[in-house]
Amino acid sequence: MDRRNFLKIFGSGVATAATGNLLNPAKTNASEDNQATEFYGILVDTTRCIGCRRCEKACAEANGLPVPDIDELTNKSVLEKMRRTSDTQYTIINRYDTEKGPIYVPKRCMHCNQPGCAAACLVKAMRKRPSGHVTWDANCIGCRLCMVSCPFDIPKFEYTKAMPRIQKCNLCYDRYKKGGIPACVEVCPTQVLVFGTRRQILEEGKRRIAADPDKYVNHIYGEYEVGGTSHLYLSSVPFEQIGFRKDLGTVPYPEYSTGFLFAVPFIFVLWPIAMLGINRATKKDDESGHGENHENKEHEKGKH
Amino acid sequence: MAGEKLDTVAIVEEKDDSPKIKNLSDFWTFLKKELKPRGNIATPFNLISLPIMILGYIFIVYRLAAGLGKPITNLNQDFPWGLWIGFDVVTGVAFAGGAYVLCFVVYILRAEKYHAIIRATVLNGFLAYLFYAGAIVLDIGRWWNIYNPMIGNSFGVNAVMFLVAWHFFLYMLAELVEFSPTIAEWLGMKRLRKILGSLTLGAVVFGICLSTLHQSGLAALMIMAKNKIHPLWYTEFIPILYFVSSIFAGLSMVIFEGSISHKVFGDQIDEAHHKHYDDILVGLARICSVAMFGYFFLKIILLVHEHAVPYLNSPMGYWFLLEIIGFVLVPCFMFAHGAQQRNTSTIKFAAVITMIGIIINRLNYTFIAYNWYVPLSQKYWPAPMELIITASIILTEIWAFRWIVNRMPVLKEPPAWARKLH
Repeated sequence: MDRRNFLKIFGSGVATAATGNLLNPAKTNASEDNQATEFYGILVDTTRCIGCRRCEKACAEANGLPVPDIDELTNKSVLEKMRRTSDTQYTIINRYDTEKGPIYVPKRCMHCNQPGCAAACLVKAMRKRPSGHVTWDANCIGCRLCMVSCPFDIPKFEYTKAMPRIQKCNLCYDRYKKGGIPACVEVCPTQVLVFGTRRQILEEGKRRIAADPDKYVNHIYGEYEVGGTSHLYLSSVPFEQIGFRKDLGTVPYPEYSTGFLFAVPFIFVLWPIAMLGINRATKKDDESGHGENHENKEHEKGKH
Repeated sequence: MAGEKLDTVAIVEEKDDSPKIKNLSDFWTFLKKELKPRGNIATPFNLISLPIMILGYIFIVYRLAAGLGKPITNLNQDFPWGLWIGFDVVTGVAFAGGAYVLCFVVYILRAEKYHAIIRATVLNGFLAYLFYAGAIVLDIGRWWNIYNPMIGNSFGVNAVMFLVAWHFFLYMLAELVEFSPTIAEWLGMKRLRKILGSLTLGAVVFGICLSTLHQSGLAALMIMAKNKIHPLWYTEFIPILYFVSSIFAGLSMVIFEGSISHKVFGDQIDEAHHKHYDDILVGLARICSVAMFGYFFLKIILLVHEHAVPYLNSPMGYWFLLEIIGFVLVPCFMFAHGAQQRNTSTIKFAAVITMIGIIINRLNYTFIAYNWYVPLSQKYWPAPMELIITASIILTEIWAFRWIVNRMPVLKEPPAWARKLH
């Protein structure tokens, strides 16, 4: 057993014993629902996107957001500059001019398998549903740690509102509960988007790459990035050319915080023992029964 | 906290002028008397601070009604955390670290030398948590939900923020217990004073555990911002860096606050204590110096360990070097030198430089080295209203501190009956 394993087992053991499995640091908020279920997700084939932005419109309509008007939709100048999702736009399309011509890339929440935002949330307002949807609830206190913790900068806060919300794509969770598919997938005229279980869309992505290796780079973005995401991307050019970060690593983000969480039971067990020990050891003999020390002794008797 | 101030002070029989509080109406009469201002009201400090405080309160109401965005704060989607988290909460908590360090030194190690300043330090720590950490209410977007992590059914128990929230709350209680004997002495409640005094060691031990965890926990909040914080600052060991730096941040605050208190409230402090105070400063400077050298050493090891050395020759690299040399290594040597020469001016100057360094360090993590690749024109910069609200919170804390010090036996000797308990 190496040191890391020992620490893990010791930390988990103490915490579990103390709290009845409520506070097991190895189990972050993001990982608990994610064991035996299959997540739904979307495969995004960027080679098929024509930049019509109908998904933006459908998304806005489905989620009660300001709907971009048709003139604006046909107005390609919107695509001249790089945009990002915002508190009024869950999904946007950007155009990247590459050696293979313009490539249109729809961007939205990646719905990580183990989302940093959900692990960060102290009231479980941000949650990874067993179905794979990462959703936000109104019990949020608005601390905005989810924004700090998201590797893709997706959660957006309504700074201008008196009663602000965190806004982001929720993979059309309400429509899913009624048996529907996400609005963007439904409206897409060129089948850029494929909705299915993560296993299905991963297989479909691999099939497309295998069937046409000259067309696609041999990489599905989101298969391993940050421990895997439920949004998967195919591309004809290396992903850094179409605005994807390649420095995020493959470790699920919540795991970065487990080191600290393991320290919690350690501190609460070892610190009091050490401190009370030092307190006894530094006691001078001639002080016995004197003032505060006397009181301390009484207190400790009561404690043990 | 036990009340015996100094064994060296001869206990002379004095008239027991403690209030006699037997029922609630006595208590109200006493409180009403104590709430009245004492001395000259129109001091320069009051005349400057009062308008700022009132302006701040108006802005606070406006912020709660209108939301967080412009014109109140400059926070945006790239910089969700700004001055209120970075300075009020994170830096404020680091500065409040003096309380747990001194409690360890006085109650666990029994270094009696520092007993004379423990009450002021614990009071300062408690008020810092109450006001600065309390300022989090302003920063929280959905502040009406603030009780959710405390009462509710969807606890994110394994979220770092959940632990930090609870530790803040419990630590405030622990510090209140540590300070409570002073309140009992003020009220003249002898029996209560004895009971509360007996709780001190328990509260101290509990408080040190909580402090260890939430001082480092504030850093653990940033740990998932791995790809946003500049590699010179990001390491998986930032919780340890925050903890170590809270030791000298807190003690520098103790030196700074103590130097001002000794001038302003000098008439409350007896001659023996005044003489003794230089010894305390020298001792604190030694602790700071050692802790800062350890911190500097840790920073260098992590610089190599994280393969961040190549980044040093860049604008962010110069900023980093300024922080760890100008605001850590230099004051570290100043503390050492000042302690050796028993030069309290050097020590006080070093404390101020250290505090500026801590502010820079904490703000680096919240918005300067955070999203460092965002062009300078789009960087977050505190808005005027953010600054005024922050100033008004600090001034309110100073008013509260002054009110308590002028009434309760914080710096002055406890009443004779309390000293006789020992």
